[in-house]
Amino acid sequence: MALEEKFTDVANNEFYSIAYQRALEDRKLMGSRCRKCGHICVPPKPICPRCHGGEMVLEQMKGKGKLASYTVISVAPPLMSEEGYDRNNPYCSGIVDLEEGVKIPARIVGVDVHEPEKIMLGMRLSAKYVDVQHKSGKKTFLAFEPEG
Amino acid sequence: MASNRKLGRGVAVVGAGISKFGVYPAGVRTTDLFVEAFEDLKSSIDKGFESEVIQALYLGNLSSDLFESQVHLAPAVANRIGLVPVPTVRIEDACAASGVAFREAVIAVASGLYDVVLVGGVEKMTNLDTPQVTEVLASALDPDTEVPAGFTFPGIYATMATAHMAKYGTTEEDLMRIGIKSHYHGSLNPKAHFDVSISDFMKKRAESAVKKGLPEPQWHTEIDFMKDSKQNPIIAWPLRLFDCSTICDGASCVLVTAEEMAKDFTDKPVFVIGTGQASDYFLAERDDLTSIKAAKLAAKQAYDMAGIGPKDIKVAEVHDCFTIAELIAMEDLGFYEAGKAVEAIREKESSIEGKLPINTDGGLKSKGHPIGASGTGMVVEIFKQLREEAGARQIKVKDPNIGLTHNVGAHGSTVVVNIFERR
Repeated sequence: MALEEKFTDVANNEFYSIAYQRALEDRKLMGSRCRKCGHICVPPKPICPRCHGGEMVLEQMKGKGKLASYTVISVAPPLMSEEGYDRNNPYCSGIVDLEEGVKIPARIVGVDVHEPEKIMLGMRLSAKYVDVQHKSGKKTFLAFEPEG
Repeated sequence: MASNRKLGRGVAVVGAGISKFGVYPAGVRTTDLFVEAFEDLKSSIDKGFESEVIQALYLGNLSSDLFESQVHLAPAVANRIGLVPVPTVRIEDACAASGVAFREAVIAVASGLYDVVLVGGVEKMTNLDTPQVTEVLASALDPDTEVPAGFTFPGIYATMATAHMAKYGTTEEDLMRIGIKSHYHGSLNPKAHFDVSISDFMKKRAESAVKKGLPEPQWHTEIDFMKDSKQNPIIAWPLRLFDCSTICDGASCVLVTAEEMAKDFTDKPVFVIGTGQASDYFLAERDDLTSIKAAKLAAKQAYDMAGIGPKDIKVAEVHDCFTIAELIAMEDLGFYEAGKAVEAIREKESSIEGKLPINTDGGLKSKGHPIGASGTGMVVEIFKQLREEAGARQIKVKDPNIGLTHNVGAHGSTVVVNIFERR
């Protein structure tokens, strides 16, 4: 065995975090489907939480869904304040119910954050991948915007 | 999972102590704060005791690592209060740290391994500024999905509030009523971070406006004040400042013994008759955004072990990190049907004078939420209420013999429920 193991197989495991993030950079929202019971998870999981089976296959989500719930955040954490969000420039974070029957947290863009009560639950959304330059480098974030 | 489990032997709480919650100077250490709670505990033990009887320390703490650059906290606390060389363990389950530590201590005593265990929690949060604290707390969220979506803890609970409002017609005013109740209770608790009622806040703010030559504010009711965005700004819509628990410092602890030894310490022990704990997925993975399943599971385990139901609870300490969390807890614990707890809030059933008082010490909202201290802090209050030693905030219901604590880690990915009885 080499003195210094590179663990590239672990780093590249498509059910782990690095691969999920890399897929977002490629404009893909990836999940896993259990071969045994059909349960879908986003992001992918290496072990099925429903039947505990270990035979999982990757599955790309269509990126379509409905708004399940949301908030408009005025007091931003460091990640978001670095992007210029604050009390005067709040942003919407939400939970999207995907067509595949699984929910995912995402940034919600293209909605009027100054009238949060008018944002409609159940409205149809489609995925939009947002590239942001942070001090730590460029990163792609999962967002959804109203369809049409 | 079988839920009809019993403890191996009876376990009791015989003493309870808590520090004043608030913002302590930066030089005050986490370990110093624990001393404050421990001294209070010592004075609570009716027949007195020597520290030599303590056989182990279970300590809840979220992150002395990030807040104070200190790890290996449990033996450091034992060192500070003279417990070396007893075994110590620190438990981190986010905001449920010391609720879980308490349960683990109960299990250890019930196993027969120990007869007397000290269990407590502590957090020194205010060395960091609010954005830094927010970031530390957000490290309990999912780094792959929730954090990149911009979620904060207020944001997560706000999202649950939005869903609850849409499903059941809960209003922002209902949440404000919970905050008003919490501050009323906190005003009766000298250990609370904000021992001030909303009407006292209103008076102070009005006086200060007049002093500055500004027009006198036109609030007629506490709700008017809560709706004033200058006084009560939005943090994460629909949650405002007074919907959120406070960032502060504090410590709490209780002494847990085998049932047969309890009378050596006091003639009024409080027995642990039920305990339950469960975990859950991150928020989006759950079927229902308006309820916390782990709370229902933990409560069922605890009720089944105790052989009682929600109707037997006379007083409860629930995890109100946000007002909506208190509302959801009232439903998850079976006190009210889903969507019906708002009616109880409107009828003030959860206030000290009501038929099921909740968070009589002001809760995390008003008493404060020094994360690690919160779980055993709840036990301290139930201990006092069941022994009818809560002073000005003593509940009015007849024979307050059974109480419950509900301590939530993060957004409900851990929940621990404990039930207590004074016989």
